[in-house]
Amino acid sequence: MQRRSKRIFNSIGRITGMAVLILLLGSIGSGMASQPPATDDEALGMKLAKQAVRADTHWTTTDHSKVKALDQNFTSGQQITQACLSCHTDASMQFEKTIHWTWKVESDTPGIMNGKAGHAINNFCISGNNMEDKGCLSCHVGWNGVEQGVNCLSCHGGTKYNYKEVFGDIQAFVGDDDPETLEIARELQTEVQSALDNITLPQRRHCGECHFKGGGGDGVKHGDLDTSLTKPNKKLDVHMAAEGADFTCVRCHTTVRHNIAGRLYTRPAAAERKSLIQDDMATKITCESCHGNLPHKTSSKMNDHLDRVACQSCHIPEYARVLPTKMSWDWRTAGDLKDGKAYHTDGKFGKPVYKSIKGSFVWDKNVKPEYFWYNGGFEHLSIKDDIDPAQVVEVSHPTGSLEDPNSRIHPFKRHQAHLPYDKINKRLVAPLLSGPDGFWTTFDMTDAIARGNKTLDVDFSGEFDYVQTTYAFPITHMVAPASNAVNCTECHIREQGRLASITGIYLPGRDKNPFIDTIGIIAVLGAFFGVALHGLGRFFTRNEKED
Amino acid sequence: MSQRQLTKIYMYTRFERLWHWLQALMIIVLLITGFEVHGTYTLLGFKTAVEVHNFVGLAWLILFAFFVFWLFTTGEWKQYIPTTRKLIDVLLYYAFGIFKGQAHPVQKSAGAKHNPLQRLAYLGISAALLPAQMITGLLYYLYNSIPGGIDLSILAVIHTLVAFLLVNFLIIHLYMTTTGHSLFSHISGMITGWEEVYDTTKIHDWETTATKKT
Repeated sequence: MQRRSKRIFNSIGRITGMAVLILLLGSIGSGMASQPPATDDEALGMKLAKQAVRADTHWTTTDHSKVKALDQNFTSGQQITQACLSCHTDASMQFEKTIHWTWKVESDTPGIMNGKAGHAINNFCISGNNMEDKGCLSCHVGWNGVEQGVNCLSCHGGTKYNYKEVFGDIQAFVGDDDPETLEIARELQTEVQSALDNITLPQRRHCGECHFKGGGGDGVKHGDLDTSLTKPNKKLDVHMAAEGADFTCVRCHTTVRHNIAGRLYTRPAAAERKSLIQDDMATKITCESCHGNLPHKTSSKMNDHLDRVACQSCHIPEYARVLPTKMSWDWRTAGDLKDGKAYHTDGKFGKPVYKSIKGSFVWDKNVKPEYFWYNGGFEHLSIKDDIDPAQVVEVSHPTGSLEDPNSRIHPFKRHQAHLPYDKINKRLVAPLLSGPDGFWTTFDMTDAIARGNKTLDVDFSGEFDYVQTTYAFPITHMVAPASNAVNCTECHIREQGRLASITGIYLPGRDKNPFIDTIGIIAVLGAFFGVALHGLGRFFTRNEKED
Repeated sequence: MSQRQLTKIYMYTRFERLWHWLQALMIIVLLITGFEVHGTYTLLGFKTAVEVHNFVGLAWLILFAFFVFWLFTTGEWKQYIPTTRKLIDVLLYYAFGIFKGQAHPVQKSAGAKHNPLQRLAYLGISAALLPAQMITGLLYYLYNSIPGGIDLSILAVIHTLVAFLLVNFLIIHLYMTTTGHSLFSHISGMITGWEEVYDTTKIHDWETTATKKT
């Protein structure tokens, strides 16, 4: 009986031993299998996204070169728009209601309008002065600012063409009977005609004409938007790369009645994180819309980050990777003249570091973003908001917090500036810049502020000084190939990680409990020296052994 | 003291040895990768360290389940029953007697592999430290899937503290293996299963409850 039970235990021991071995070998095998050969190496998110864009070939039933309404001699831009409207009857009516036309939008506070033409202040040319600052209007989608109606070709023109100049010439030729002049006029007409042949959905260059050049030049404002995105390679932007998916802007910034998704005043552009399978009419396509909410390989720890870290945080390691972007703008130095004349100085990158009309700038390239909690909204200062000039004033800053479950850690470009403010009223001001009375002509800041504030019906005390300000832009374009994504140790590191400013969380590799670590190290050293002493004791007493 | 005769006895079964060395390997790998994840140094790279740590940690959990099963089916768990009997003697031996070449007050046998001090230490390790490490480790691993959420810093601090204690144990344990009749007799016992002990030693009745048949 005893022997039998012993044998049973023995065999149980053997069986369990074998089982552990098999299990271990098995799990080692499957651990290796999680990195299979490259052929089937695609993460779920990649598969989903490829599926989502598989049938992404645009087709149309209209060949604009055959449209009768467009086959006429145009002498002004407005005539072209009229021709468009003869078929697309409601287009301009729709468009004139959008922020792209009005540059104004209601804010959460009554009496304050957001938008360039509203009460919003920015860190660059400060304000659109209620459309009175004509310099800003070069970007407005109209034939001549706001006066002559919508210019459909700004966004739908097939060929980049300087209509303004051509119509100027054509109008100048009217009444001239000289055969040579008539010949030139005819040629110009043919050019206009062929430019109208390839009417299209908005391409990157259309949107880029304003959004790549916001703030007064290429790459000034955003950092993740500049003319390098007109024809990016895959290294710069995996989605927009011509040799890749070749996304246009409107591929993600979907439109409804000419309203383009993606506006970031106050309310999140996309309130919900959902896939196109859940809702194929989602207001804005986000990363998750195509890549799903488990985009990485099933075994990947990366998937565990998604609840608190935005995709962009890792997949856009740096912005301004091809062209430089403006990092700061100091208005305090504006107005310096040489021999009574405005001048400018160029720095490295071939970009101006000083301009009499604007002040001093700092440009940079390949910039690592700053990271903040972000729920998709922005806190935005207007000319009617009180400020504390003793502090750095956040003119525009993302909303969100660790406590808010909808907030994630997101990358930003944070632009620094010194802006003028009203010393008595303690509010930012809106100097008028362009035009004969603007600062760029008069170099008189007090007068420019008085005139600019007047356009917005805001009081100016007459006394101003400068205050340090910041303005944050979400970094969401220039998504790099996965192989260039941010490494673990750029955040999971003791000192100077990318997320050094994100506190209140425990970040493995960055955080430790100094007390526990100290005690632990003391204990380990204690044990080490303890056994060392004991061993030495044994060594020196070895001859006193009793045997 | 009279001349003592050495004799070899089969002390550790194949499973016990496999278990011991696998666990040793796993604990050492877990400590090395764990402290890298903790940010103490850079060795394999953070990502590799995390992946290895997770894989080995889960494998260890499975192995431990088998160990516990084995422990209870074989009755070997009785080897871990703590006792204060001769505990003081053992402590005094390591504090003084060992330097005078005295005999260990509690000799090893297949029925009683652990002296009272070992029993206490191993019980603490197997019943407190390792389970604490496994539970906090598993919760840490599953952190994102746990509804309601837990404070990661608390898990991390416990996990780190126990890791330090395990390093401590490892140092002392390694050192203690050299205290056999020769420097490597304990270690070779754990490798081959056969350990040399003095055959004159009397095994006391109270030590052999694990293998005592009724």
